[in-house]
Amino acid sequence: MSNAVLTGTHFMLGDHACAEGAIAAGCRFFAGYPITPATEIAERMARRLPQLGGVYIQMEDELASMAAILGASCGGMKTMTATSGPGLSLMLENIGLGIMLEIPCVVVNVQRGAPSTGLPTLVGQGDVMQARWGSHGDYEIIALAPSSVQEMFDFTVLAFNLAERYRTPVILLADEAVGHLTERVVIPPPEEIELWERPRPTVPPEEYLPYATDESLIPPMALAGEGYFVHMTGLTHDERGYPIINGEAHERLVRRLLEKIRKHAPEIIRYEEVLMDDAEVAVVSYGITARSALRAVREARRQGIRAGLLRLITVWPFPEDQIRELSRQVELFVVAEINQGQIRREVERAAAGQVPVAGVHKLGGTLITPDEILEALWVRKP
Amino acid sequence: MGTQTVTPQAVQHPYTRYLRTDRLPHIWCPGCGIGIAMGAFLAAVDELGIPQEKVAVVSGIGCTGRVAGYVKFDSYHTTHGRPIPFATGLKIARPEMTVVVFSGDGDLVSIGGNHLIHAARRNIDLTVICVNNFNYGMTGGQMGPTTPHRARTTTTPYGNLEFPFNLPYLVAAAGAVYVARWTVLHVFHLRESIKEALQRRGFSFIEVVSPCPVGFGRPNKIGEGLEEMRFYREHALIQNGLHPKDAALSFRDRIVVGKFVDEARPSFLQVLEDHFRNASRDPSHREG
Amino acid sequence: MEIQFAGFGGQGIILAGYLLGKAIAVYEGKSASMTQSYGPEARGGACSSGVVVSRNPEELVDYPRVTRPDILVVMSQEAFSTYLPRLKPEGTLLYDADLVNPESIPEGVTAYPVPATRLAETEIGKRIVANVVMLGALVVLTRVVSPEALREAVRTTVKPDYVELNLKALEVGMAYAQNLLQPQEV
Repeated sequence: MSNAVLTGTHFMLGDHACAEGAIAAGCRFFAGYPITPATEIAERMARRLPQLGGVYIQMEDELASMAAILGASCGGMKTMTATSGPGLSLMLENIGLGIMLEIPCVVVNVQRGAPSTGLPTLVGQGDVMQARWGSHGDYEIIALAPSSVQEMFDFTVLAFNLAERYRTPVILLADEAVGHLTERVVIPPPEEIELWERPRPTVPPEEYLPYATDESLIPPMALAGEGYFVHMTGLTHDERGYPIINGEAHERLVRRLLEKIRKHAPEIIRYEEVLMDDAEVAVVSYGITARSALRAVREARRQGIRAGLLRLITVWPFPEDQIRELSRQVELFVVAEINQGQIRREVERAAAGQVPVAGVHKLGGTLITPDEILEALWVRKP
Repeated sequence: MGTQTVTPQAVQHPYTRYLRTDRLPHIWCPGCGIGIAMGAFLAAVDELGIPQEKVAVVSGIGCTGRVAGYVKFDSYHTTHGRPIPFATGLKIARPEMTVVVFSGDGDLVSIGGNHLIHAARRNIDLTVICVNNFNYGMTGGQMGPTTPHRARTTTTPYGNLEFPFNLPYLVAAAGAVYVARWTVLHVFHLRESIKEALQRRGFSFIEVVSPCPVGFGRPNKIGEGLEEMRFYREHALIQNGLHPKDAALSFRDRIVVGKFVDEARPSFLQVLEDHFRNASRDPSHREG
Repeated sequence: MEIQFAGFGGQGIILAGYLLGKAIAVYEGKSASMTQSYGPEARGGACSSGVVVSRNPEELVDYPRVTRPDILVVMSQEAFSTYLPRLKPEGTLLYDADLVNPESIPEGVTAYPVPATRLAETEIGKRIVANVVMLGALVVLTRVVSPEALREAVRTTVKPDYVELNLKALEVGMAYAQNLLQPQEV
C-alpha cells in the first residue's frame, strides 16, 4: 500500500494525474468503458488499482459503469468512472439515481468536440449544460473544471471530498486539452492530503432512519453488510427510504435534495480572481480556455485596458452572487468558452441586464487563442 | 419449562423476520406468482443459515423489482435494467455478502439484456432470480422479450409478431455456471434450486415462470392465477440436464423445467484474487 | 519559448518531447507544458510533440500549444514541409540529415543537419535511439536545457534496462553537435 500516493514531482499526462488524484483520495474501485479522450484514465487505473488491492472493472457500456460505481459506493468504497460526452449521455440515467439515493461517487467527463460522435480526439467544452441538466428532473450538481495537470490531480481529490461530504455524485468537467496535456504535478505526502469521508450513522440499526437529517440536510449513510438493512429506491421516498408516491412527500424529498447543495453552496463554490480589484472588464472562463483568458488579460493590461479574470473552479454551483457583485464594478463581461455560450447565459442571467455580456465562442476542435479574447476586450460595447 | 400459552400475536410466519412488515400489504395482484418466488428465496436463505445482514437484494423496475422493497436485507431498488451492474459493484465492494438480483424478464432481458449476458460472460459472483411472467405487468400488460409468438398483449393486439428468448439457452451460452427454470408451482424445487445457486461461485441464473393473470393470463385466455397454476401442473415437464437449446417454452404446450447447467468455472472474484497476487508484484507506475 | 518535434510514428517523437519537457519542468524547476498529436495509425503516421516553456517560472504556461516554434526538430521530409513555415524567422532548425532534404530554408533561420538515425545505428547499433541522439544535439546547439537535467529525465523515464543505452545516445548526439560548432569557434 506504500505506493498509493506517488509523493513527489512528476511530469505527467493530465488524464494520469486525474487517476493519481483519485487513488490519493482513496478511490479503490473504477468501472469504465474506453472512450477517447478519457481512455488514459481507465488505463492508468487498470494498472494502478490492482497494485493497491483495488479493482478496475471494464463494463459493457457506460450505463453499467455508472450503475457499478453506485453499487460499490453503497458497499463503502470510494468509486469513480471516466468518460467523454457520448458516454456521459448514457451515464446520466444513473447519475440521477445517485442524486436521488445520495450516493457519493466521482464521474469524470473529458470533454471533446460534440454533438454526437463529433471530434473524438479534439477539444470541446460543450457539455457544461449537459452536466447541469442532463438527467431528468430538478436537481443540483457539483461540477469542477480543471485548467492544468496539477488541477487534474487536485480537483479529483476535491471532487471525492465534495462527493463524500455532501453524499452526491460529483462531475469533474475536464476537457481534451487538459486531459492530454503533460505538465509538472507535485503530489504531496499522504498526510498533507486532506480527505473528507461520508457521514456515517452513530445510532444502532433499530434507531436508524436512512434519510433523516439534521440541519446539515445530509443524512448519515449506512453501508451494505453492517446490519442496518438499508433500503434505497429511486422512487420518491420518506425518511425510512420507503417509496411514498404523493406530491407532499416529493416536495419534502426533492426540496431537501436541492437545499442540501444550495445551503452549502458558499462552502462548495470556488473560483479564482486575477487582477480583478480595479477591473473594468471581467473575463469569465474555465478549464483550458482560462489559460488563454489569463494571457489575454495580462496583455490587455499592458495595452491599457483594466481587465481581470474570473476563473470558475466550480462551474456548478455557478457563482452567481459573485457575478452579481461584479456587475456593480465592471462595465463588461467577456465569457470565453469552447461552446456557443453555455456559461455566457449564466453570466447574463446573474448580471440581469446591469452589465453587457459578450462572448468568445468556438464550436470545438481548436483552442480559443489569447488574441481572440484580447480582440473582444477592445470591443467595449458588444 | 412448563406448558406455554401461545397468544395470537406471537404466531408469526417463520420468515416474517426477513420482511419489512411495515411495507405490507404488497402491491402484487391476486394470483400473481412473485410472492411465491420471493417466499422460496427467503426459505432458501433461512435454510442455508446465511446471516441476514450478509445478504443484499438488488432489483430493477417492474412488479418483480418491488421485491427489494419488501425484503429486510440491504436492498436496493435501482433503475430499469441496471440491477446487475449495480449488484456487480456492490458484490466487488462486499465480497463476503451474498448478493442476489431479483427482477423481472422485461427488466433483466430487454432493457438490461446486455448487462445480463456480460455478467454471465464475466462470471461475476451473483445469483439472478428472474421472474418471467411473459409481459410488462406494471405498465399494464405490454409485449416484452419473453412474450410468446402470437400472444396478445396491449401492444400486440393482433398477436405478437416477434419470437421470445429462450432464457436458459441465452444465459448458458453467455457463460452462466448454474442455470435452472421452475414455475411457481414447483415451490420445493425452486427453493432447493435457489439454495444450490446461492452456494455456487460465479454467475447463477434461475428463471421462475409465474402467472400474471391481469397482464397475460386473461388476454390470452389462460385465466386467473389458479388456472395458470393448473396449466403449469398439466404442462410442466421436469427435464434436469436437458440441453438449454431444447428448453424453449411453448405458448400453449409444454413448459420444460429443471436444472439445465451446473458446472464449475473460475468466478470473477476467484480470478480477481489471483490477479491481486500478480499485480502486487508489479511495482510499475512510471509515467510517460 | 516553444520547441516542436515532428516526424513519423515509431521515431520516438513523443518521448523526445516528454524527456525535454520533464528535464525543464521537473529538473530545472521551470514551468513547461508538453502536447502531442498523432494520426489514427499506431505506427508510421505523422506525429509531433511540442514543449512550451513559460517566460516566468512561477507561472503556468498560459497557452500550452505550440504556435510559432523557436526551435524545430524534424525527422521526416513531410514534417519539414509541414512545420518549417511555422518556425519563427530567427528560429533554429535541427533536421535528420539523411531523412530530410532541406530545400529553401529561410534566411535568418539557423539550421543544423544532424544525422541522428545514422549515428544511432553506427555508434550505438540501435536506430530506435535516434530521438535521444537528436536531443543530445539539441542540448548543445540550443542550450534549452542543461545536459544533467536531461540525463536525469532519461534515468527516471526509460525502463531500467535501457537507461545506459539512452544515456550513451545522449552523449553521441552531444559530441556530434560539439563538432558541428567547433569550426565556427576556431
